[in-house]
Amino acid sequence: MDFGLSEDQRLWQASLSAVLQHVAPLERVRAFAAGTEPVARDVWSALAEAGAAGLLVPERHGGLGLGLLDAALTVEALGGQAAPAPALGVYLASLALASAGRESQQARWLGSLASGQALAGVGLSEAVLGGRDGAGVEVREGRLSGRALFVIDSAAADLLIIADREGGLHLVEADTQGVHASPLTTIDLTRRWGEIVLEGARAEPLGPSDGVVLSRLRDAAWTLLAADMLGASQTLLDKAVAYAKERRQFGRVIGGFQAVKHMCAEMAAALEPCRALVWYAAYAFDALPDEASLAAAHAKAHLSEVSRFVARTATEVHGGIGITDLLGLHFWFKRVGVDRQILGGPESVRDLAARLQGLDDQAA
Amino acid sequence: MDLALSPRYAAFAKEVRAFLLDHRSQWPGPGASRAEIIAWQTQLITAGYAARTIPAAYGGHGAAPDILESRLIAEAFIDTGAPGPLGGQGVSMLVPTLLEVGDEAQKQAWIGPTLRGEILWCQGYSEPGAGSDLASLTTRAYEDGEDFVINGQKIWTSTAHLADMIFCLVRTEPDAPKHDGISYLIFSMKTPGIEVRPLRTMTGHAEFNEVFFTDVRVPRTQVVGGRGAGWRVANTTLKHERGMLGDPHAAEARLAAITKLMREETLGGARLIDNPVLRDRLMRLQGEVLAMKANGLRLLTLNLRGESPGLAGLIVKLQGCELNHQLAALAIDALGELGILYHDSPRLRADGVWQQRYMFDLGLIIGGGTAQIQKNIIAERGLGLPREPKLAAS
Ligand SMILES: Cc1cc2nc3c(=O)[nH]c(=O)nc-3n(C[C@H](O)[C@H](O)[C@H](O)COP(=O)(O)OP(=O)(O)OC[C@H]3O[C@@H](n4cnc5c(N)ncnc54)[C@H](O)[C@@H]3O)c2cc1C
Repeated sequence: MDFGLSEDQRLWQASLSAVLQHVAPLERVRAFAAGTEPVARDVWSALAEAGAAGLLVPERHGGLGLGLLDAALTVEALGGQAAPAPALGVYLASLALASAGRESQQARWLGSLASGQALAGVGLSEAVLGGRDGAGVEVREGRLSGRALFVIDSAAADLLIIADREGGLHLVEADTQGVHASPLTTIDLTRRWGEIVLEGARAEPLGPSDGVVLSRLRDAAWTLLAADMLGASQTLLDKAVAYAKERRQFGRVIGGFQAVKHMCAEMAAALEPCRALVWYAAYAFDALPDEASLAAAHAKAHLSEVSRFVARTATEVHGGIGITDLLGLHFWFKRVGVDRQILGGPESVRDLAARLQGLDDQAA
Repeated sequence: MDLALSPRYAAFAKEVRAFLLDHRSQWPGPGASRAEIIAWQTQLITAGYAARTIPAAYGGHGAAPDILESRLIAEAFIDTGAPGPLGGQGVSMLVPTLLEVGDEAQKQAWIGPTLRGEILWCQGYSEPGAGSDLASLTTRAYEDGEDFVINGQKIWTSTAHLADMIFCLVRTEPDAPKHDGISYLIFSMKTPGIEVRPLRTMTGHAEFNEVFFTDVRVPRTQVVGGRGAGWRVANTTLKHERGMLGDPHAAEARLAAITKLMREETLGGARLIDNPVLRDRLMRLQGEVLAMKANGLRLLTLNLRGESPGLAGLIVKLQGCELNHQLAALAIDALGELGILYHDSPRLRADGVWQQRYMFDLGLIIGGGTAQIQKNIIAERGLGLPREPKLAAS
């Protein structure tokens, strides 16, 4: 019985943080956000060199074969730095291939995902939430047609994993004929989201189309998005507390005013249990199959609520400078704003959580 | 990260459950006599499922401390529904305080009978003029021969009307700075000069009292931790009180009860759970309960590893008490018009427990250090923000 990080995991957090501070300082984040690079290659190769790209790739394919908790710790660090890194797509694709891919598919992709050479885009939105604007993907004679929105990390992807309307997953090479990718520009410019149009594109099925792999990927994605919000919120809180200790008004530091102190305490009180919740969801994904989906849903929904509160409160603690581009707090503010909606805002996710437990009216 | 129990602990957990279930016939029920309660406590101590780590010389079981064993015992009581080891302010607050700072004679005299339930205690800290600012208390005790003579008043004293003994803060050095002039005294509630007046709360019950002291004589040997050291001793006790409030197990049990209620009760033919707004509130609270439960697991591991609990510990009272209150609020809202029934009304649901909790739990948000004081503590000790200004002269 041990519910805490291992020595290895703590060392990993420390070395990751060192890499990120070096390769993705705020100036680098700013440059990426202002530019048009589809991916920050320098950031991803530094992370890959440290071992981050292959975390979820089995050892026999050149990865580290670790669990979702290790991936969550990594994504938490990325969120903490608002780092431009296409980790989500790589991790979800690694999981999908490792759990459902054929030997040939694994051999073709897992090694290059682990080395950081290949990048992956993952489109699950329509299958998890339902389509908007007529989006949705269909399979006809083994080929894919339709439109996938809010595809994760699609901008520089070499392979795409796309869910069809029925919940089956497909592996599509990005440069195949009939695949058209275009960007969707969100408030968060530290990561790239896209739209993929498929016109009879060649695809290979990934696992049986019974929806099992899809729900595993959804659970993993929810947990990793929660981890990103955890990291981003912790940074927002840390910055607010540091500012409250340094900014002076009325002859004293503002952190001495109880109104400011209590804003900070409320953020900390809401955020601290979130860390354990994210760990729990990640651990459940690998070790407690019966609880995994519910824990992932709650991690996603609860972190969405807490991080929205932390983002606005941390901004308020800063006063006017809080909303400026100069300070850059907005990178984290926007990051959690996007994490909240991708693959379901808290209301949608809680609705799914109720269904998972048979609490919806259909089950009456 | 591994939530599985090793074979030794899995066997231990089974053993505790089996013991509790085997002794079901001896469980004291709601109307049990004091003798039955004492008999059950004594059995639990002998078996090692109450007072487990308290030295046998003081009436405990005398096992080596093992946090995981303690946790498994607590879970076994919840899972089997067996009446738990005696809690209350004596066992949870006074006993650990005596173990930490009491003298040998005090430990010998009070710990054993308290553990067995032979002595019930109340906590005499708060006064009309000293609540959050406890150190400004003014109940006086002056020395007269071998005794202290106490005059003054306590308030909000839970269970004083039932208690045999009181642990009480009094000012023994009126000229010392306010934190240095306090002593921690223990004495019988039957001592002449004590008057207890019950205070009825909004729940309709008298859960706490006013306690008046007029020339109450207490032997000087009844000071715990040394004369003038009462503030330090009191903080030892408060640390144990906060650990008691905000426990996620209570929230988990409540959540299960509300879920059941919302599946069973109907309005206009539809189950309450099918109201999407109410269901969303339930799911939101379920997420918070899960977060607090996971935080509890994290705290357990931090304790097992001997690491400092930090913020994960400091936030428990604030978050846990608020969560319990929100759960009661949801049950009332889900019941709607039925939710306002109380006392012994026809159509009352669950004996009116949700209204009772909604009101009583607001008291728990205030008692044991108010929510605002908890926020001060989190900000100061957890985040290193400036301390509240102390009054220069008082
Ligand atoms: C159900 C219940 C049981 C209790 N049982 C006992 C018991 O058995 N024994 C015992 O001794 N006491 C007991 N208490 C008393 C309890 O400890 C006090 O009520 C509590 O410490 C608050 O003190 P107060 O009521 O005087 O409120 P006050 O201290 O007057 O507080 C009033 C308001 O001012 C705020 N406030 C005060 N100081 C600050 C500050 N520095 N910063 C920000 N806000 C501040 C408070 O948060 C609160 O909102 C009990 C209370 C309750 C409700």
